[in-house]
Formats: sequence, structure tokens, C-alpha cells
Amino acid sequence: MAAASPHTLDLSKALVTQAPALADWLVIAPVVLCIVMGAALLIIRKRADIQAGIAIAGLVALVALDGALLVHVAETGPVTMTMGRWLPPFGISFTADLLGAMLALASSFAALACGINGIVDIDDSGKRYGFYPFLFLMMAGVSGSFLTGDIFNLYVWFEVLLISSFGLLVLGSERGQIDGATKYAFLNLVATTLFLIATAYLYGIFGTLNMADIVEKARTTPGAPLMTLASLYFLAFGMKAAAFPVNFWLPASYHTPRVVASALFAGVLTKVGVYALMRTLVMLLPAERAELSLLIGIVAVLTMAVGVFGALAQSDLRRLLGYLVISGIGVILSGVSLASREALAGAIVYMMHSMIVMTALYIASGIAARAAGRNLSIATLAGFYRSNPFLSALTLLLFFSVSGLPPFSGLWPKAMLVKASFDAGQGWLGAMVLLTGFLTMVAVVRVWALAYWRPHGEVADEQMPERTAPAFATCYLPLLLLTALTVGFGLFPDVLIRAAQTAAQGLLDPSAYIHSVFPMGGAR
Amino acid sequence: MEALMSVLIGIFFVVAIYLMLSKHIIRILLGVAILGNAVNLLIFTTGRIVHAVPPIVPEGYDVPQEMTANPLPQALILTAIVISFSFFAFLLVLAFRAYQELETDDTDEMRVAEPENPPVPPLGY
Repeated sequence: MAAASPHTLDLSKALVTQAPALADWLVIAPVVLCIVMGAALLIIRKRADIQAGIAIAGLVALVALDGALLVHVAETGPVTMTMGRWLPPFGISFTADLLGAMLALASSFAALACGINGIVDIDDSGKRYGFYPFLFLMMAGVSGSFLTGDIFNLYVWFEVLLISSFGLLVLGSERGQIDGATKYAFLNLVATTLFLIATAYLYGIFGTLNMADIVEKARTTPGAPLMTLASLYFLAFGMKAAAFPVNFWLPASYHTPRVVASALFAGVLTKVGVYALMRTLVMLLPAERAELSLLIGIVAVLTMAVGVFGALAQSDLRRLLGYLVISGIGVILSGVSLASREALAGAIVYMMHSMIVMTALYIASGIAARAAGRNLSIATLAGFYRSNPFLSALTLLLFFSVSGLPPFSGLWPKAMLVKASFDAGQGWLGAMVLLTGFLTMVAVVRVWALAYWRPHGEVADEQMPERTAPAFATCYLPLLLLTALTVGFGLFPDVLIRAAQTAAQGLLDPSAYIHSVFPMGGAR
Repeated sequence: MEALMSVLIGIFFVVAIYLMLSKHIIRILLGVAILGNAVNLLIFTTGRIVHAVPPIVPEGYDVPQEMTANPLPQALILTAIVISFSFFAFLLVLAFRAYQELETDDTDEMRVAEPENPPVPPLGY
């Protein structure tokens, strides 16, 4: 065969022959940047003095790249780049659609805020043990998950972000951290193994791993056991997203690591699970999702209930926030259960809102804990408002935003979801979203009234030895960035809602997605 | 052959789940390791099992003329093995550290992060 002249081979049947346009490199750029930065920071991990500066420059670049990618995708529709130039479905494709690009941008904002706040929250030994490299490698996994168009590749990115999150979780090796990390690690590993099982079956059924290809084959393969696939994916990603009844790893672990690590996890990691759920159930297996719809709805209601009642029962602020993450997942799942265009758009907006606000709340609780010199618990703290009025006011804004009060970003997605649920005749879902919002408000206002506002009781006293006044650049700047985003989205929701509607449409009718992967109308 | 393999995989899953239901971290750890292998065998079986047929396309043809095993699942397993091995190594160290720090490997007694009697919140304003 070697004798055959290479000139007679028609490469275009096997390879992408044209070089990708320069703008299309943006699809892969966030992942490449994160891996390169992670490796570089690993080399200089002993230099605590220069590390933070380089890392923050890298995170700013990540925000810029994700922003540019979002603009590019919004202008041209889904963009695909296939690794190794092998024609899809043989090469691994990265396909950025509007949903992936929006979530990647929101997660990079959360990472930037955490990177800046990490300067003070992570001590020198934590930095030497690799806080910033772990941060970047985790963001590589997160960006990869949002942008990949290949389901096995999605599994690999899940593992990348998982192992980096282990590193962040045990940074410091305190007893509580080891305890929390044990539960987090085992249960998350079981969840990704379930994901792998489902993917093995999927390959056995379709013989392809490319998501665009799967969409087409799922429509045209009669009698395939797709319900098994859908149920396995629902269980696996429900576990990653902390949906009831497989949510118990989250409140057991999210309050144990450094606050910045919690902030990053709460903002980003569970949303990756919900994103994968949307991608697999809504886009890949829509008929099976429709059959599971009632089950997803019940899970959503129970998740909201567990989250918000758990929050009401907590007296420690960070543990309370963990439960609020769970109730937020329930709200998003109600959108997946309805799966109309409006409901999915509401779920997407809620994901963006929750990424920003949960990160901000954890960062605010960390700053407050340092300023008070102790854990923020309503059992021991009172009168925090007196010593830190500005921080208390910011926290109150974020509390309002997380409960869904106007004029903050929490209002719009809940309004969209409630409207969509009544339009679909599933008013019980909308009613539960409203009840969750109300109970969330009770839970957070209780914290604010007791720990921040209550005039008497044990005051955040001056003799606590480890009190540190928050600095502007490292504490207030990231918090203000995130608060500005939530207020901005709340006041001018138009752009975001319209983008989310387009993204939801792209999930329901993935023809643009498929066309971007197979511009010739299919490689078969 | 596939039928025999699925019985074997089923046994692997049963053993793994039985071990993971234990309260002791060390047994859960063994369960996770066996679960990983069960999944690897599952992927292996999805790629067809045939006896020693090289996946070579004869000259003049576009596809192999005999039923061959699909090589792609084997590549997937290789990835999955590497990942599950690194996770197992991490979990092993984590479990050992947990045993050192918490002086137990019984998950019921691991209550440092979630204490059984948290401080009572104030009952009035």
C-alpha cells in the first residue's frame, strides 16, 4: 500500500482539509489557557509572591477569551473545531453553542473573583501546596465540560475538574476537611462512574460518541433501550448536581474547605452537573426526557424542599449556604422538567444568576468571618453591622438577590419559570418555586437579623485575636464585581433573557448545532 | 461469549455494591476499585468480543471482511483505567489520612464536619 502515491488520496474524505478560521480557535482557547497556566503555576508554586499576580492576569485573560467566544457564538451560531482534523464523528469535536459559551463566561467571572479573594483567604502554605494551579486545572475541566461536543470527552473533563476539586478541598488538611473530602470524593466518584456506565451503553447502542451524531442516531434507531440511558444519565448527573435524594455529599463537605474553594464549588461545580443533564436529556434524548418529565418534576420539588428546609434549620452561615445551593438546583431542575423554550430559558438564566450570587455569598461570608475572627453563626454572633456596615449592606443585597426579590437577578428566572409552569398546566412546580423563594428569604433574613442586625448579645468584639479588617482590593473588589453583575442583570435583564431563549431554542432544536459539526450534512 | 461476560460483569457489580454499602471506608474503597473494573469490562464487551481476528482491511476492500473487535472501546478503557487508577490512589491516601486524623474508619463516627449537637440558635431576637 505504501507504493500508492499520496497524491491520489482524497484527504477530504477523512480529514478537515481547511485550516480553521482564526476566530474558531476561541472554542479551544479557554481550555488551553487554563492547562498552560495550571502547568506554569505548578512550576512556580513555591513563589508565593509572584504567583497570585500571574494567576489573576491569567483569569482576566480567561474572562476575556470566554467573552470573545460568547460574542463570536452569538454572531455566527455554534462553532465547531475538531481535534486532529479527523472528520467528525471520528475526531473529538469541541462545539461551543450559546448555552456552553454563556455558562463558560459566568464561571470564569466566578473564578476571577475567587482568584482575587484567594490572595487573602489562602495562606502561604496553601499557595505553596498549589491553590492557583488547582484553580486553573479545575477551570480547564469546567471550560472543557461546557465546550466539548463529545460525550466521552465530557467524562474526561468531569474527571479533570473532580480531581482538581479534591486538591482544593483538602488544602490545609484540617480534620473537618478530611472528613468532608472523604464523603465528597467517594460519592462524586460513584457519580462519574455511573456516567461512564451510561456512556458505555450509549457507545454500544449507537457506535458513536459525538453529540451531534448521537442526536441524529437517537431519532433514527428504533427499539434502542434509550430509556435506560436517560435514567442512568439522570441519576449520574443528578448526583453531580446534588439533586434529592442523592444530595447528601454537598452539605457534608461544602462548608469544610477554605471559603474561596467553597465559593468556587458552590458557584460552578453543581452547575456543570445540571448543564450535562440538560445536554444529555434535553438535547440528546428528548423523547425519553418527556417520559421522565414527571419524575424530574418530583425530584425538583423535593430538592427545593430539602434545600430550603435544610437552610432554615442551620445556624452556621456557610452550612446554610450549602443548602441554598441545593434548593437552587431544584429550581433549575423544574425548568428541565418542563422543557419548554421559556422554562429552559428560565433555568439557564437561573444557572447564570446562581453561579454569580452563590460565589458572592460565600466570599462575603469568608470576609465577614475574617473580620469577626470566628465562624459566622447566628448562635454566637450579633451586632456585626456595627463594626462593618458596608459589608453588611452588601450581604443584605446578595441575600435579597438569592431570595429572588426585585431589582436583582434572582427575580427574572423565577418569574420565567413560574409563568412557564402555569402555561404548561403544571402549576404545582411554579407554586413550589414561589414557596422556595419565600422560605429562602425567611432563612437568609433570619441570619441577617440575628447575626448582623441584633443590637445586643455577644458583639463581634474587638478582643478576638484573629480579626483582620477586609482590604479593598482583595476583598471588596471581587465582591463588588459580582454584586454589580447581579444588580446589572436585575436592572437590564433583556440581553441575558434573549440570549437564554436562543440558547434554549438551540437545545430543543439542535439543527444549527448539528450543522456546525457536519457542515456537509453528515459524514456518513 | 458476550453472555458469559455479562454474567461476570453482573457479579462484579454485585460485589462492588455490596462492599460500598458497608460503613467501613476500607471496604467502600475496595468496592469502588471493583466498580471501576466492572465498568471497564462493560465497555470492553460493548466493542464486540471475537477470538484473535486482526482488524486489518484486505487489499482492494473498504471494510474488514471478517467480524473484528472494535478497537475504540479499548482506547476508552485505557483512558478510564488511567483515570480510575489515579482516583484510587488519591482515595487510598485520603482514607489513610482520615483514619489517622479521625481515628476511625467507620463512617457513622465521622462527625467532625457535621457535629451531632450543633450550638442552639437564639430563640428570640
